[in-house]
Amino acid sequence: MHDSHHDDHPDDDVAMRVRALEDLLVARGLVDRAAIDAFVDAYENRIGPRNGARVVARAWSDPGFRKRLLADAPRAIAELGLGGLQGEQLVVLENNDAVHNMVVCTLCSCYPWPVLGLPPVWYKSAPYRSRAVSDPRGVLREFGVEVPVDREVRIWDSSAEIRYMVLPQRPRGSDSLDEAALAALVTRDGMIGTALV
Amino acid sequence: MDGIHDMGGMHGFGPIEREKDEPPFHADWERRMLGISLAVPFVVPITDDHLRREVERIAPEPYLRMSYYERWLEAMVSLLEERGVADGSAAFGPAVAADAVPAAIAGGFPLRLPDKEGRAARFKPGQRVRGRNMHPDGHTRLPRYARGRVGTIETDLGVFGLPDANAAGRAPEPQHCYTVAFTLRELWGDSASAIDTLRLDLWDEYLEPA
Repeated sequence: MHDSHHDDHPDDDVAMRVRALEDLLVARGLVDRAAIDAFVDAYENRIGPRNGARVVARAWSDPGFRKRLLADAPRAIAELGLGGLQGEQLVVLENNDAVHNMVVCTLCSCYPWPVLGLPPVWYKSAPYRSRAVSDPRGVLREFGVEVPVDREVRIWDSSAEIRYMVLPQRPRGSDSLDEAALAALVTRDGMIGTALV
Repeated sequence: MDGIHDMGGMHGFGPIEREKDEPPFHADWERRMLGISLAVPFVVPITDDHLRREVERIAPEPYLRMSYYERWLEAMVSLLEERGVADGSAAFGPAVAADAVPAAIAGGFPLRLPDKEGRAARFKPGQRVRGRNMHPDGHTRLPRYARGRVGTIETDLGVFGLPDANAAGRAPEPQHCYTVAFTLRELWGDSASAIDTLRLDLWDEYLEPA
């Protein structure tokens, strides 16, 4: 776990400084290495966009759940055993024929961790943060998404304390699919709003 | 702070580069940095407001050159020095144990405060408001692009501590935070789409009646 032999990036210096910081914190009794392992394991192996996909599939399949999700997302996702850090104040935004929602954090990287995990590099990058708010349709086109001209694109700059997840529209022709098959259709980008599903 | 981090609306950063099947981490030190950043605040009084302030203090050139977790490293080291951890002058503990981590993640840090702990809301849903023309040199969550722009209060989200005060180490200033709706034309002018809009969550004192 604590072995950096595959770190042959030009950031060896950074890796050494992080190692030194960890050693100092362990020596001071402020950090337990096994706790670091546990946090990493959670976000590397358990908390990611498949969680959000389960939420979306449930909302598509169960109108009662969809209603609860849109009214009080933290309580609704708790029904699926989800919640916590960086999702304490979660709001779910529903796409429909009139509105396409898309989420950004222009100031840094706010993101709904319990449902989507850690944000991808592009979400935290200058090109996305700078243009998502001023040219959302141009950004969407870069992602291969063309939103009809008569449909409102609604950007959410989530730079305060609410974390936002998009509930994409259920794809046409998916009526016969069960919840697990529906979840397999849902992408991370669909829940950020940079993809349709 | 009018820093490089406040990127909304800037030009010149090029295309959005996406990695197919991107893994959560790109190096082992990123794993360790994430774990350190999550474990330390359970022991040392460090909040996201403090971390953001320190990230925003990084000068523009290094900020743009650094990777995301490298900025976290800079911010964390700087805060640990400020708290007296680095030189051992202050004692904190005990460390969060590995078996307490799942509960720590599940519990999180809920930030909404009871309404009675905040000052009275100055605005109501439906009201027209303008982002104040303010340029504090410390941390703020009023992006430059919303200053001087007129929008409509859509939702009163309840009371939250003002990040500007928290980050500066001032006494807490709990107050209402609102979702404010802006048209893209109001923010970016006539070349923006006429039907597209933006939502931004803003604290009470970032706003004035319009």
